[in-house]
Amino acid sequence: MTGQFHYEKDSDNIVTVTMDMSGPVNAMNDEYIELMSATVERLEKERDDIAGVVLTSAKKTFFAGGDIKNMLKAEPGKDEEGLFLMCEEIKGMLAKLEKLGKPVVAAINGAALGGGYEICLACHHRVALNSSAVQLGLPEVSLGLLPGGGGIVRLVSKLGVEKAIMPLLEGTRFNVAKAQAAGLIEEVADTPEEMMAKAKAWIKANPEANNPWNEKGFKIPGGDMRNPNVAQMVQGAIPMLLQKTRGLVPAPARILDVIANTLRVDFDTAMRIESRGLAALVTTPQAKNLMNFFMQMNQVNGGGSRPKGIDKTAVKKVGVLGAGMMGQGIAYVSAKAGIEVMLKDISQEAADKGKAYSEKLLEKAVAKGRMSEEKKAGILGLIKATASAEDLQGCDLIIEAVFENVDLKHKITKELEPMLADNGVWGSNTSTLPITLLAEPSQKPENFIGIHFFSPVDKMPLVEIIVGEKTSDETLARAFDYAQQIRKTPIVVNDSRGFFTSRVFGTYIDEGALLIEEGLSPALIENLGKAIGMPVGPLAVQDEVSQQLTIKVNETNRDLDERAGQEPAPETAAYRLARRMIDNGRGGRAHGGGYYDYPEGGEKELWPELENWFYNKGVSLPQQDIKDRLLFRQIVESLRCFEEGVMNNVPDSNIGSIMGIGFPPHTGGVFQFINTYGLQAFVDRCNELSEKYGERFTPPQLLLDKAKNKENFA
Amino acid sequence: MSQSALIYDAVRTPRSKGKKDGSLHEVKPVDLLAGLLNGLRDRYELDTSRVDDVVAGCVVPVGEQGACVAKTAVMKAGWDESVAGVQLDRFCASGLEAVNIAAQKIASGWEDLVVAGGVECMSRVPMGANGGAWGEDPATAIDTAFVPQGIGADLIATLDGYSRQDVDAFAAESQRKAAAARDAGYFDRSVIPVRDDNGLVILEKDDFIKPGTTVESLAGLKPSFEFLGSLGYDDIALSKYPQVAKIQHVHHAGNSSGIVDGAAAVLIGSEKIGKELGLTPRGRIVATAVTSTEPTIMLTGPAPAARKVLARAGMSFDDIDLFEVNEAFASVPMRFHTATGVPFEKINVNGGAIAMGHPLGATGAMLTGTCLDELERRGLRYGLITLCVGGGMGIATIIERV
Repeated sequence: MTGQFHYEKDSDNIVTVTMDMSGPVNAMNDEYIELMSATVERLEKERDDIAGVVLTSAKKTFFAGGDIKNMLKAEPGKDEEGLFLMCEEIKGMLAKLEKLGKPVVAAINGAALGGGYEICLACHHRVALNSSAVQLGLPEVSLGLLPGGGGIVRLVSKLGVEKAIMPLLEGTRFNVAKAQAAGLIEEVADTPEEMMAKAKAWIKANPEANNPWNEKGFKIPGGDMRNPNVAQMVQGAIPMLLQKTRGLVPAPARILDVIANTLRVDFDTAMRIESRGLAALVTTPQAKNLMNFFMQMNQVNGGGSRPKGIDKTAVKKVGVLGAGMMGQGIAYVSAKAGIEVMLKDISQEAADKGKAYSEKLLEKAVAKGRMSEEKKAGILGLIKATASAEDLQGCDLIIEAVFENVDLKHKITKELEPMLADNGVWGSNTSTLPITLLAEPSQKPENFIGIHFFSPVDKMPLVEIIVGEKTSDETLARAFDYAQQIRKTPIVVNDSRGFFTSRVFGTYIDEGALLIEEGLSPALIENLGKAIGMPVGPLAVQDEVSQQLTIKVNETNRDLDERAGQEPAPETAAYRLARRMIDNGRGGRAHGGGYYDYPEGGEKELWPELENWFYNKGVSLPQQDIKDRLLFRQIVESLRCFEEGVMNNVPDSNIGSIMGIGFPPHTGGVFQFINTYGLQAFVDRCNELSEKYGERFTPPQLLLDKAKNKENFA
Repeated sequence: MSQSALIYDAVRTPRSKGKKDGSLHEVKPVDLLAGLLNGLRDRYELDTSRVDDVVAGCVVPVGEQGACVAKTAVMKAGWDESVAGVQLDRFCASGLEAVNIAAQKIASGWEDLVVAGGVECMSRVPMGANGGAWGEDPATAIDTAFVPQGIGADLIATLDGYSRQDVDAFAAESQRKAAAARDAGYFDRSVIPVRDDNGLVILEKDDFIKPGTTVESLAGLKPSFEFLGSLGYDDIALSKYPQVAKIQHVHHAGNSSGIVDGAAAVLIGSEKIGKELGLTPRGRIVATAVTSTEPTIMLTGPAPAARKVLARAGMSFDDIDLFEVNEAFASVPMRFHTATGVPFEKINVNGGAIAMGHPLGATGAMLTGTCLDELERRGLRYGLITLCVGGGMGIATIIERV
C-alpha cells in the first residue's frame, strides 16, 4: 500500500490532511479505513496542539465514494453482517472526526459524490472550488443503494426533511452553484489557494466548532415526525416514489424509510438503521444490476467498442442533409457541442424551419435561466440553414437524414459525397436500412457508416453506430468520437436490417399486437407492460412510433427482400394491426390518434373501438405469462442479434437496450437480465413459452451453450 | 355452544355531524358513552354489579378517547366498581366486534352479562389522529401497497361498472329511507337522547340526515379521491388490478358515509341472568365471523364474511330476512348486492351510514340495534349485519328475533 493521507501542520497549528490513496481516485475501501483511522487517531492524540483541520484531496476528484467492484462481490445471506460492520466502522471514524473538539473543514477541490460527500457532511464546514469538475451529492440511489456512511441521517439533520428528501430520493448531482443554493456547501472559492485560505479563515473564526446534532437539545430544522407537515411530506413521498419505481427497485423505499426513522429516533440510532439499510440493499439483484450497468456504461463510454490505436478526432464542420425532425435535432446537438453545422434541405424555407427548432430549444433554456443570450447566439451562429450544396464543401462529416428510401438515399449519396473534405466521413441516419446496401453508390465505402440517432435527438442519450461491410476501422473511430463529441453514448453494431435497437424494439410492439389479437384486454396489456418496468405499454409505444411508420418499414422490408431476391418475411401482427388501424383513420399519435385517443389538454385514453375488435372476456392468460412474453421476446431477439454477429459484445447490448429502447434499468439490460434470472432457468422458461405461444421464444443455440457451460453474459 | 347469547336491548345516541358545528361537538366522548350506559341502566333499573364487562369499540383511541375509554366511561357513569371495561379496535368493525366478543363471552359460559358497544366523537378526535404504521410508515405502506380506502371504493365501482349516476342514486335512496324511518319513529325505541348535566336535551334525534337529497342535488359534488389518486395512489391500486385502464373517481361526501359523533350499547347476556334480573330477551346472536380479503381494494370483505357466517350457522342467503351492510361508500353495499344476489329490497331498508353517519367505533353496534328493531317491526326472524373493514377485513353477525 503506497497511499497516504498527508498530514501537515502550519504555523497557525492548522493541520491539512490531504487524501492521496494508491488508486487513481480516493475511494471507500480497506485502504481508506486504515488511512482514515490512523489520521483520526493522530488528530485525537495531538488535539491540544492543533487549531483545526482542513481535509482535502491530492487527486482531481475529492473522493469517489464506495468501491463498486467490491460491493458486486457481496453475496446475499452471507455478507450482510460484514457490510453492516463496515458501515459502522466508517461511521465511527467520521463520528470521531466531527467530535474532535476542533473545527474540521472540507476543502472540496474535486467531485465529492456519495461517500465523498458523506465525508464532507461529517466536517463542520464546506468550501468548494468553483469548477465544473466539482459535483456534489448523494447519488447512491441510482446504483440501487443508499448512502450508508451517514449521508441520509446527516443531510436530514442538517437541512431538514423538506430540503433533503428529493436529493436523497433522486440522487441529485449538484454543481457548485446549485449545491450552495441547496445548502450542501457553505462557501465557494475561485482558486485552490483561495479555497485553502477560506477554510483556514473559518477555522480561526470558529475555534469551538461542532455539528448541531452533537449539541444538547438538537432539533431537526423544520421539525420531526411529530410535526404534521413533516409527517405529511414523508407520507406524500410514498405514492410518488412508487409511481416512479413501480415497486421494482427497493432502494428509494429504503431511503425513505431511513429518512422517516431519522425523524423519529435519535441521531445515533438512526445511523445504525441506515447501516442496516445499506447492508440489505447491496446484495439485492437490482443493486447488482444497476452497479453492473454503471460499470458497463464506463466500459462503453471508455471506448470499449472503439478500434484501438487510432488517434482521437474531432469534427469541425458537419453537414446535415434533411431538416426534418431528425436532421434538425442532429444540427442542434452538433452546434451545442461547438461544431459548425450546414443544415441543408431542398428549399431554403425547409432549412430555415429546421434551424428554428434549435432557436426554440435555446430560447427555452434562456427563459429557464440555464443559458445566457450570448451563448444562445453563439450556438445559433454555428448553424447555417441552406439549400445550396456548395455550403457542404469541406465538411469532415456529412450526416444524411432524409426519408427512409433506398433510392433517395442512393441519389443523395452520389450527388453530395464529393463535397466532403478529403477523407471525410459519410454517415447515414437510418433506423432500418442496411448500411452496406446504402453504401453501394459510394466512391469511398470505407468512409461510409451508419449513425442511428433516436428521437427526440436532443433528449435521447444513445447513438447506434452501424458498421457496413466495407466500413474502415478509422471511420468507425471517427464516428465514435463524433458521438462522444456531441455527448452521446455510442454503441457499435454490425449491419443487419433494423440493426439492434429497432429490431428488438419492434418485438415489444409486435408482442403487444399479438396479445391484442389473442383477445386480451388492451388495458391489461398496457398495465403489465408498465409493471415490468418498460416506460410505457407496447400499444402506447406503437402510437408514438406511429402505425404509419410501421407500415412504411414493412413496405421497405418487402422492397429489400425483393432486391435481395428473397421470399418476403411473414407478416407481423404489428403490421396487420397497423394496417387495420390506418384503414380506420388511426395512423398514430402524430396522425390524430392510434390505439389511444389524445384529447387536447387531457390524458390519453384507450380508443374504445379497439376492444370491440378483439377483446374476448373468455380469454385469460396468467399475468406472469403476459409479462414474460413482453420481456422475453425482446431478450430472445437480442440473443439472435448476438448470435448473428449484429452485436459484438454484452456491454453494448445491455447499455443499448436500456438507453435506446427503455429496457428496464433495474434488470441491467437484456443480457444481464438472463444472468439474474439464472441461465438454465431462463432456458427452461423460454422453452415453456415457446411450447405455449410459439417458436419466437425458442432459445437460440448461443444461449443453450452458455447455459450448458454455466457461463454468464459478461 | 354451551348457552345462548341473548340480546336484551340495543340502544344508541342520535348521530350528528362530526365537525365543530355538529350538535354533539360539545359532548366529551367519555360522557357520550357514560350517558348512554346510564340510559340503559335506567331503562331496566339494572343492578350494574351484575355486569361483568363493558366492551367498547373506538377506532381513534387517543387524547380524550385514549386510555381505555370503556373503563373510563364505566367509572364516569358511576357503575359498580366491579364492572370491567375494555376498548378494542378492529377499524370500522369495532362496534360489531364488541357485540361478537360479548356474544362469545356469554356463549362460552365464562361471563353472564356484558355491554357491547362503542363510541366515536369524530368532531373532537379526528380520524387518523392515531397515526399508524400501515399508511404512514414508508416501509410498511410500500410493502403492503397501501392506498386510502376511498380509492378502493372507487376501484370497486370501476370494476363493477357503477357509474356516478348509479352511486348517487344509491345515496339519494339511503337518505330517503333514513328520513322516512326517523320521521315514522322507527328509531325511537333505540335512540336515547343526549342530555347535559342539568338533564336538558342536547340532541333528541338523528340530525345528520339530509332529506330531499336527489341525484341532481348530488351531481355538483366533486370527487373526493381524484387528487389523492393523482399523487400516485391510483397507480399503486392499478398495479394490483392491471385489467383496469383508469380508476373512475365516483365517490364524494354525498355518497360516502358521514363523519359523525355517536355511541351505542347492546346488552347481551345468558338466559339465566335474564330470568334473574327480570329481563326479556329481544334477540339471539346466531353466529359471528371475521375474514379478510385483498387489502389494497380493502372494502370487499362483506360478501365473503357473510358467506362465512352463513356457513357456520348452516344457513343460506335466502334464510336471511334483512341485511345491514354498512354504507362506508355507496359501492360497498352495491358490491355486496352484485356479489351475493341479495335483492336491494332486503338491504339497509331504513337507510344507512351515507344518510346517518358512521361513528367508526360504534357503527357495528348501532346496526345490530337497527336490524333488531326492524325485524320486530316487520315480524321477521333473521337479520345479518356486515361491514367492510380496514386491511381488507370483513365481519358478519347473524341475529334472530326471539
